[in-house]
Amino acid sequence: MTPRVRMIGLAVLLVLLIALPFIKLTIPGLFGGSLDAPGTLNLLGLCFVFGALALTYDLVFGYVGLLSFGHALYFATGVYVTAVAMARWHWSLPQALALTAVVSLVLPLVLGAVCLRMRDIPFAMVTLAFAQAGSILVMQNPFGLTGGEEGVALGGDTLPSFLVGVANTHNVYWIALVLLLVVYAIAWRAVNSPPGRVWQAIRENERRVEVLGLNPYLYKLGAFVLSAFLASATGVVYLLLQGGANPEVTTSGFTLALLVMVVLGGVGTLWGAVLGGIVYEYLDFRLVALANTPAVQSLPGMLKVPLSEPLFLLGVLFIVLVLFVPGGLGGVLRRRTAG
Amino acid sequence: MTTIALLLITGLGLGALYFLIAAGLSLIWGLMRVLNFAHGAFFTVAAYAGWSASRLVSGASPDVQWLVAVVVAVVVGGVFATLTEVVLIRPLYARHVGQVLVTVGLALATIALVQGGFGSDPQRLALPGWMTNTTTILGANIPNTRMLVIAVALLVFALLLFFLQRTRFGLIVRAGVENRAMVQALGIDVQRAFTLVFAIGGMAAGLAGMLAGTYYGTIDPGRGSAMLIFAFIVVIIGGLGSVTGSAVAAVVVGELQQFLNFYGAAGVGDFSVVLLLAVVLLIRPGGFSGAST
Repeated sequence: MTPRVRMIGLAVLLVLLIALPFIKLTIPGLFGGSLDAPGTLNLLGLCFVFGALALTYDLVFGYVGLLSFGHALYFATGVYVTAVAMARWHWSLPQALALTAVVSLVLPLVLGAVCLRMRDIPFAMVTLAFAQAGSILVMQNPFGLTGGEEGVALGGDTLPSFLVGVANTHNVYWIALVLLLVVYAIAWRAVNSPPGRVWQAIRENERRVEVLGLNPYLYKLGAFVLSAFLASATGVVYLLLQGGANPEVTTSGFTLALLVMVVLGGVGTLWGAVLGGIVYEYLDFRLVALANTPAVQSLPGMLKVPLSEPLFLLGVLFIVLVLFVPGGLGGVLRRRTAG
Repeated sequence: MTTIALLLITGLGLGALYFLIAAGLSLIWGLMRVLNFAHGAFFTVAAYAGWSASRLVSGASPDVQWLVAVVVAVVVGGVFATLTEVVLIRPLYARHVGQVLVTVGLALATIALVQGGFGSDPQRLALPGWMTNTTTILGANIPNTRMLVIAVALLVFALLLFFLQRTRFGLIVRAGVENRAMVQALGIDVQRAFTLVFAIGGMAAGLAGMLAGTYYGTIDPGRGSAMLIFAFIVVIIGGLGSVTGSAVAAVVVGELQQFLNFYGAAGVGDFSVVLLLAVVLLIRPGGFSGAST
């Protein structure tokens, strides 16, 4: 593919995605309803959110080589701070967003400063522990703010009216699309900037960067905070799509899912991570639907049980990818197009 | 005094469970530099295998049922872990991140499968009468299961120390934790030590799975992953690769969690354990036992 053909292809895809809420077309098997149905738009919006989120994770894991097991914490920060400010304190959306922005800068700055004193696997374990602390905090429902296991529901009157209701799903869908594009643009700009080059140098050989007279700690902290801040932004859009916060997004299982997304798509490529996030969320959602089809339900138990568990299928897929396709989906596609 | 005695022994019991999980994790990390996320899966699969086996012999006395469950759990844990090492970890030799990722995938898939097969509700375990009774120590009525768990963990600790200090394989494992390249250079097959360490870790995790079932009276698919996080914390605080360090850290973490969860609000203990980890790492990045990595 020449760059020009690729550009035209991407432009057509983009126009198609923007116009999607107006297309009354049913693709059997791919989605539950027609393309303009709220259910389809909501699923696609979630796919975009997870594409963007996987991208933010790839920034630290794929580009700086930091294996963080606590990325869920920053996504959850975006979800919960906004939700609590609006539902419990009755702030307006702009006020809540301002608070969220401040928290999602300060929190990763403080925690990153501590965690980055460690390297490699100890770093992974400390980030895991802090994320776990966040998860415990949310589950304990301090001062009745986070709602424990029930989470926080955004009532219809807390949000501006153009974001509420099934009829307005297309607005949130567009917001999710814009989020993905903006996060992609920022990430692309960041990894191609001079600090972005240093990140990749740290991934390859940290000591060498140090010998060259640069301070890897500051570059790593910069990448950590940028990635966490963008993750919080995706969390806010997730909140809008879901209409509430649920504690599932704080768990370590959620971070592991992120890891699966990035490896699925290909570590260290921006569009690979986006693809991984989108494919993961789509599969996770559609495999549940598949499990409830009569064809699977009529199978004997030995086959029915594994096929009814999306996480089992995704886990196996993940193992196969790590063992046999280290470059992920992105790597496979790139080899195809190159050769 | 009564409450303190109760909390002390319950905390010790919890620490015993953490130790059984953490000892294997610590050895595996020390020797192979693999952060084994699948350890929680060994724990869960072994617990369900033991529980299923005890139901097969439901005609026998509760003592026999319990023994069958424990033996099956230990064997299944060991076999599962050995298979994991041979089939999944070995092909990724020298790709550390790949090895971690594979164990993550295995943990996700296995727990999902157990949940699909047995449901996510807790399953009750048939326990002999003498275990569910209580003994009075310092005025506190303490369930006998707590003492049993502590005694078994002590036994495992002694066995592990004997293995590491007095046997030839133990010597290889200790030397490998110290300097793996040197051991290989001396012409010793470290690969076999890897498999052995995985098998031992899996057996200990399987035992922990069944003992946790005894401790709580039920088994459920999520407990393995929940305990694994605290076992990770125990491993780091204790110093990666050190069995004795893990034992000390397991007791500290178990007691801290138990006391603060009781005297503070629920969840304060869990939270403080994480803070303890942060503090320890800031002061001594290598953990208590001080082996710097």
